[in-house]
Amino acid sequence: MKTTVLIIGGGIAGTAIARELSKYDVDVTLVEKEKDIAFGGPTKANTAIIHAGYDDKPGTTAAKLCRRGNAKWGRLSSELSIPFRRIGSLVIAFNDDEISVLYELMKRGEANGVQDLRIIMGRELFEMEPNLNRKAAAGLYAPSAGVTSPYEAAIALAENARMNGVSFLLETEATGIIIKNGKVKAVQTNRGTIHTRYIINAAGLFADEVSAMAGIEEFKITPRKGEYVIYDKNLRSLVNHILFPIPSPISKGITVTPTVDGNLIAGPTAHDIEDKRDASTTFEGIEEVLRGACKLVPCLSARRDAIISSFSGLRPQPSTGDFIIKSYEEPYGFINVSGIKSPGLTSAPAIAEMVVEILRAEGLRLEMKSDFKPYRRPIEHPFRDFNPAKAEALIDQDRSYGHVVCRCEHVSEGEILEAIRRGATTLDGVKYRTRAGMGRCQGGFCTPHIIKILARELGIPVEDVTKKGGDSKVLLYRAKHLLIGDEKE
Amino acid sequence: MIKRKLDIIVIGGGAAGLAAAIAAKESGVNSVLVLERNPELGGILPQCIHTGFGLHYFKENLTGPEYISRFISRVHDLEIEYKVETMVLELSPRREVWAVNQHDGLLNLKADAIVLAMGCRERSRGALCIPGTRPAGIFTAGTAQRLMDIEGFLPGRKVLILGSGDVGLIMARRFAMEGAEVMGVVEVAPYPGGLDRNLQCLRDFGIPLYLRHAATFIHGSDRVEAVTISRLDESGKPIAGEEKTIECDTLILSVGLIPENELSKGAGIQLDPNTGGPVVDENMETSIEGVFACGNVVHVHDLVDHVTQSGEVAGKNAAKKVLGELPPLERRIHLRPEGNIRYVVPQIISGERPLTLFSRVKKPASNAKIIVGEKISIHKRIVKPPELVTIKLTSELLKKLNPEKKELTVTMEE
Ligand SMILES: Cc1cc2nc3c(=O)[nH]c(=O)nc-3n(C[C@H](O)[C@H](O)[C@H](O)COP(=O)(O)OP(=O)(O)OC[C@H]3O[C@@H](n4cnc5c(N)ncnc54)[C@H](O)[C@@H]3O)c2cc1C
Ligand SMILES: Cc1cc2nc3c(=O)[nH]c(=O)nc-3n(C[C@H](O)[C@H](O)[C@H](O)COP(=O)(O)OP(=O)(O)OC[C@H]3O[C@@H](n4cnc5c(N)ncnc54)[C@H](O)[C@@H]3O)c2cc1C
Repeated sequence: MKTTVLIIGGGIAGTAIARELSKYDVDVTLVEKEKDIAFGGPTKANTAIIHAGYDDKPGTTAAKLCRRGNAKWGRLSSELSIPFRRIGSLVIAFNDDEISVLYELMKRGEANGVQDLRIIMGRELFEMEPNLNRKAAAGLYAPSAGVTSPYEAAIALAENARMNGVSFLLETEATGIIIKNGKVKAVQTNRGTIHTRYIINAAGLFADEVSAMAGIEEFKITPRKGEYVIYDKNLRSLVNHILFPIPSPISKGITVTPTVDGNLIAGPTAHDIEDKRDASTTFEGIEEVLRGACKLVPCLSARRDAIISSFSGLRPQPSTGDFIIKSYEEPYGFINVSGIKSPGLTSAPAIAEMVVEILRAEGLRLEMKSDFKPYRRPIEHPFRDFNPAKAEALIDQDRSYGHVVCRCEHVSEGEILEAIRRGATTLDGVKYRTRAGMGRCQGGFCTPHIIKILARELGIPVEDVTKKGGDSKVLLYRAKHLLIGDEKE
Repeated sequence: MIKRKLDIIVIGGGAAGLAAAIAAKESGVNSVLVLERNPELGGILPQCIHTGFGLHYFKENLTGPEYISRFISRVHDLEIEYKVETMVLELSPRREVWAVNQHDGLLNLKADAIVLAMGCRERSRGALCIPGTRPAGIFTAGTAQRLMDIEGFLPGRKVLILGSGDVGLIMARRFAMEGAEVMGVVEVAPYPGGLDRNLQCLRDFGIPLYLRHAATFIHGSDRVEAVTISRLDESGKPIAGEEKTIECDTLILSVGLIPENELSKGAGIQLDPNTGGPVVDENMETSIEGVFACGNVVHVHDLVDHVTQSGEVAGKNAAKKVLGELPPLERRIHLRPEGNIRYVVPQIISGERPLTLFSRVKKPASNAKIIVGEKISIHKRIVKPPELVTIKLTSELLKKLNPEKKELTVTMEE
């Protein structure tokens, strides 16, 4: 196989780069080791905040790209129908020392080019957030901060890139890089060798390992675990903005924020760990999240019953402390997009543009396509914000929209079929595209139904349907199998 | 879009909903419509293939399918209209219902009376925040039961069960009968959560019961590989060094049922935080006039017989409402649970007519007296949290009530 630009990694960085490059007349291929886009790491498990840009130190790549990225989310989300709402954020200070930190953050934000930052005190603060801890003294308000759905964003970017000619190879893991005469030649994968002129390493947590394949070992990635809990939609009106505590030296702290889907999320913790595959939650982690959340919004302490899920994500923390986005004299053609820690999600659209500039500087001719299609149609969710007219029109076209499969999130069979048509092959793939199984019963009811739909549409036995690829099979046997046995044993 | 006006709409076609629909129709109401989202009528019962149903109501020991089929036949005999695979999406305080199915499309219905009979849903792993990974192979007990007894699948071969309520115990036996290895049943309380008769399920198959234990870690990246359980101290905290890791490919959660009241919340019906269900009066009418509720949507029952009875009360009174024969209660006395009493249903009584209250206790107790108001005292030999406590208020007893009181406490003396 042959391509001109090979992107390694189908997280938010890789998919944003793929979509940006799909505007140009150039052959682009993306390889992702997991079964679906965004399955592999932090892109599916983060706080989903589009940060305003006052956290990072002025002068860093992260600071620059965060602010630029933030500005691009409005247009990006409307072109690709990605859920996104600029709800604004508040960093909450509880005493004078903390108030002085707010002023520092404001100064830092202004140095980074963030406009409209404002410190809010007294009554106004509680009018904005009636359930905020009454001991709060002040808040740094950043109206440009927002929330999105990170996996839907990556999926939308990938869909649009594919529509514009990018090839996606899933379950394809880069295992080696072939270099000749100081230039990259090819990438070896579990599915064969792919010849390429340029390699973009957007391998997230594993970017140091991929970089080492190209002989570049100037940094290490340490996984920094962040744990979360998600609350039922019943609590959606408890909090209006993204609420942060005063940041710690290593993280922005445990936030409480409405999600773009109308739930409430609390987290993340920040603890460095060893194993890049250890996305487990811990007893201590969840307790820490709840303590942090209750400090900001005390009434949450009585609402443990409203928790519907907990999970964790691993930040790819680079030893350099900043994003590593650059090319090398040797091997020529290798470009790192590594160490994309937080705010990597926010920055992704700006990262993508920066990569285009780097490729140009490296001598790749990039000409705009005349037939670039910037828009992506969303999957219609007629019952999400129930709209009778829309629902009726959809059902008239396709009766399967009349069959509600996920009872908590009101997802119809029509939406699930559309998700499968767009590439979902697993339960999680359906879930990330439709929210089926993400509600208060967490798939208890709809899982067996979705398994049957997947099996039917993909033409595979029900027992072969997985949660997320690999060995994650859900229904292991037919009933009576262990009593009578059969040839499948 | 289909627009229709009916006398009574019953939401949910389980034991409660069918009893309500039958009672309403038998009371002389013409148009009764049952809406059910499953492909068949019966609610949870078609998948409960064990016996133990109907001992009170029919004085027979029936299986779930046998019990409910008697009501389904009656629905057919009375020509009660029903729609399956029909999801109710919204209920308005003006008794308007939005529902949808594949055949009719959207349904915009209105009725003079509504009966809520949506049953309950199961608590999930997420609600418990069990630490660990997020592999495939974790099921709630009801889902596993449906998979085995209706869909024909066996989720796994080495199973650990969390929760020793009736559902957990019955599922332990069900898996054992399928040839799966049941590694144990884990219970946080110091006593089992199910009815005594269901503990036999474990004894019959030699399945270990770990009391005062909790699951503290789930292992496995793709599929469940093991679960760590820990002994708990008196305050319910895991004791360090007292954990045990049990190999299994499947984890079954039977950790509580939650009345399914999203529709009720949407309509603004007042809920009782102690039951998770609507506040009802002795007619089973909710805080919205003309909206009645029955069965597990009101509070979680352990016996279907009581569910059926509550459905009959709700159905009869919904019919009376439609026919203009349901006068407002003479008095509205609110019952307030205190002490060891976790909840009482109905929450509002008139004190004029004899009735049975249903109650749950917080802790086991023996030789206890349940005190209603100041003067009514009812002796109970043994009470425990898994078993509903019935409090029969006869005309005799009701005479002792102070007619001035707007609120009475229900409490327990040991
Ligand atoms: C707890 C937490 C909270 C966060 N909160 C926010 C936030 O609120 N706002 C924000 O802007 N950012 C946030 N971030 C940061 C953001 O999530 C990340 O910066 C971003 O998701 C990184 O994307 P990525 O594409 O670089 O990496 P990934 O998502 O890790 O994608 C890399 C992909 O590469 C694949 N891959 C790896 N190795 C190979 C190989 N050899 N061959 C093929 N494929 C390979 C992986 O499977 C994976 O899918 C947070 C992160 C975490 C963990
Ligand atoms: C495993 C198990 C074992 C049991 N064992 C026994 C026993 O041995 N003996 C005994 O007496 N009792 C037993 N019970 C208890 C008894 O069966 C139940 O309490 C009773 O069946 C509940 O009836 P219900 O009608 O209230 O609820 P359900 O049976 O849950 O019915 C509610 C119905 O409402 C429908 N519904 C909900 N929301 C909507 C909506 N929005 N739109 C349309 N339809 C909706 C649901 O699909 C469901 O069919 C057992 C229960 C279980 C789960």
